[in-house]
Amino acid sequence: MDNKSENKVVHKWGMVIDQDICTGCQACVVACAMENNISFVGEEDAGYGRNMQWIRVERFWEGEYPEVRSTPFQPVLCQQCGSAPCEPVCPVFASVHSEGQQINMQVYNRCVGTRYCANNCPYQVREFNWRDYERPTPLENQLNPNVTVRRRGVMEKCNFCVQRIISGEDKAKSEGRTPGDGEIVPACMQACPTDAIVFGRLDDPDSLVSKLAKDGRGIKLLEDLGTEPAVTYLKGGSSYARNG
Amino acid sequence: MPEMVDTTIKTPDEFSEHLMFDPLPRGKMNDMVMESMQITSWKFWVVAGFLGMVVLVCLFGAWGYLINEGLGVAGVNRPAYWGIFLVNTVFWIGISHAGTFVSALLRVFKAEFRRPFTRAAELMTTFGLVQAGLSIFMHMGRVWLFYFLAPYPNERGLWPNFHSPLSWDFLAITTYLLASTMYLFLPLIPDHAMARDRSKGWRKTLYRTLALGFRGTEGEWTHLRTAMNIFAFAILPVMFSVHTIVSWDFAAAMRPGWSSTIFGPYFVIGALQSGIAAVGMVLVVVRATMKNMKYFIRLEVFDSLGKLMLIISMSWAYFFFNDYLVQWYNGDKFTDILLHFHESGPLGWMWFMMLIFNIVIPWALLWNKKIRRNPAILFTIGLLINVAMYFERYVIVPISLTINRMPFTWRLYKPGIEVWLSLGTFAFFVLLYMLASRIVPLVPVWEVQEGQMAHSLRKVGKATVPAVSELE
Repeated sequence: MDNKSENKVVHKWGMVIDQDICTGCQACVVACAMENNISFVGEEDAGYGRNMQWIRVERFWEGEYPEVRSTPFQPVLCQQCGSAPCEPVCPVFASVHSEGQQINMQVYNRCVGTRYCANNCPYQVREFNWRDYERPTPLENQLNPNVTVRRRGVMEKCNFCVQRIISGEDKAKSEGRTPGDGEIVPACMQACPTDAIVFGRLDDPDSLVSKLAKDGRGIKLLEDLGTEPAVTYLKGGSSYARNG
Repeated sequence: MPEMVDTTIKTPDEFSEHLMFDPLPRGKMNDMVMESMQITSWKFWVVAGFLGMVVLVCLFGAWGYLINEGLGVAGVNRPAYWGIFLVNTVFWIGISHAGTFVSALLRVFKAEFRRPFTRAAELMTTFGLVQAGLSIFMHMGRVWLFYFLAPYPNERGLWPNFHSPLSWDFLAITTYLLASTMYLFLPLIPDHAMARDRSKGWRKTLYRTLALGFRGTEGEWTHLRTAMNIFAFAILPVMFSVHTIVSWDFAAAMRPGWSSTIFGPYFVIGALQSGIAAVGMVLVVVRATMKNMKYFIRLEVFDSLGKLMLIISMSWAYFFFNDYLVQWYNGDKFTDILLHFHESGPLGWMWFMMLIFNIVIPWALLWNKKIRRNPAILFTIGLLINVAMYFERYVIVPISLTINRMPFTWRLYKPGIEVWLSLGTFAFFVLLYMLASRIVPLVPVWEVQEGQMAHSLRKVGKATVPAVSELE
């Protein structure tokens, strides 16, 4: 018991996504799929709303072509809500909050596939394994050994690359320090060519992510629902220059 | 207003249209019920065989395929994570409501017209719940782990999440299934004893077991009456709670179109709407196909059921418009889009059919005594009401799921293998009912006889007036 509470590290991890500099290149989507062993569902299922992406790039525009007032791309991933609607509705506690990281976790082994969490997620970022998807050889060599491979009937979603967070935290702990800013990088942030995605500890006021989250351009998705998202979107100022 | 009082004096013959005033000797009535169970025509076995095939292929075959392949073979997608399986669950729980309603509520209120068909309605409860249970398991992604939902002690100290409406649902449906089965069984004991004394062979063995040694002594009757009384009162709150809890699966979620505080009573009324209509349909079929049933199930039964259907249709309309008005009034952007999507979206025809079948047709027809007393027309109205209530659940589940707060994900749901599995549940329900009609006395003989003993005609001057005495 003592050992358990000793291991409890309370970091609040969060993310900032700058829509003004996102180019919509989808590199984050690809990197995420590689890192997290996400299945490829094929054309037909993807066209029917069963594409598995833990992060998707939404595109919005106003007006009719060619007078399109384009707004930036909006990458949407799990917002890791502080008060998550998906958690209380799961009948078997497969959707739970991690105390140490303040992330919403999905326990694949516990999930029975009622899909209530996905219905109740206002961001629609939960992905369901509708089938056992094929992974023809030699693609199995590409699987990340640190991430569980999911089978049919299980819900899954973005967890801020929790495997990277845990190993980063463990490394820092063995060296007797807390993880430094920018030390732990999720796959989407790593792949982003324009550095539109910034990840870090929101409980550390000096971290880049905390400073950016307080930026005047910051908004949270569907903030009025009271879900307390850990992801902040920046948009609206084109003359902005980052100082971090 | 004296001119509105019916002053015509009925002759004793005119009372004989009522079952309660048209008694037969006990032995004869018992034989009639035994006959109705034992005489089976070849047509019965043809239909039962066909339904059995449908159940094998569409229910168990298709379900096996679904389990093996995953829910990809069904039509569910994002954002409609719930589809026809949940529609079926709500629909069948709705059907199962009528049995208890008719039996317990009318028993508590001593409505005499209930006597010949309480059993027929209670059987619907049990068999409807079987279909609801199957449907909810079909819906699960990993049904082989369904026991995770049950609170059972295990070495990991894991329990179900009692915050989840689905956990409440699981407990409520299980409670209702157990309670309604016991409530079905209790009044069956004297009828099983009756059947035991009048049968041979395997039937004798079966009924001897089921009758639990009932001999009809005064003490046994007292115990039985007390038990049934307790159950009739206790099962009513359970019945209301079950569909309220089913509605909380939706109402407790934070989705436009779902988070509505009136869903509880709205769902209960919806359940009665489809359930009472289904009781009417079943009685029409039973009366037309089973031997001797024209004596027990009379036009007065359809008359009373028709009135009930009309009243419940009016209540449903009230709750429906109340639900719409309150949701519209809250002014949420996405709720507004959703409400317009209901009536003008690609499946708007379903929404209009729902209103026509649920409100216009019952209101236009059921006020008329002649129509209420015509089994064929009543059957048709009941069928239309059930279609409408199926549409209502379809509007609430997959159609409402189409619209959420992330417009990028909006997509319409197209049913896949669910259609076959739905057919399977319907066939299974009818099959179970047909098989039960061969084994279970479909008319509670003792209850009819009790009623006939309590009712009598008295001469007051020149007039014949009905009198009902309180037994017990």
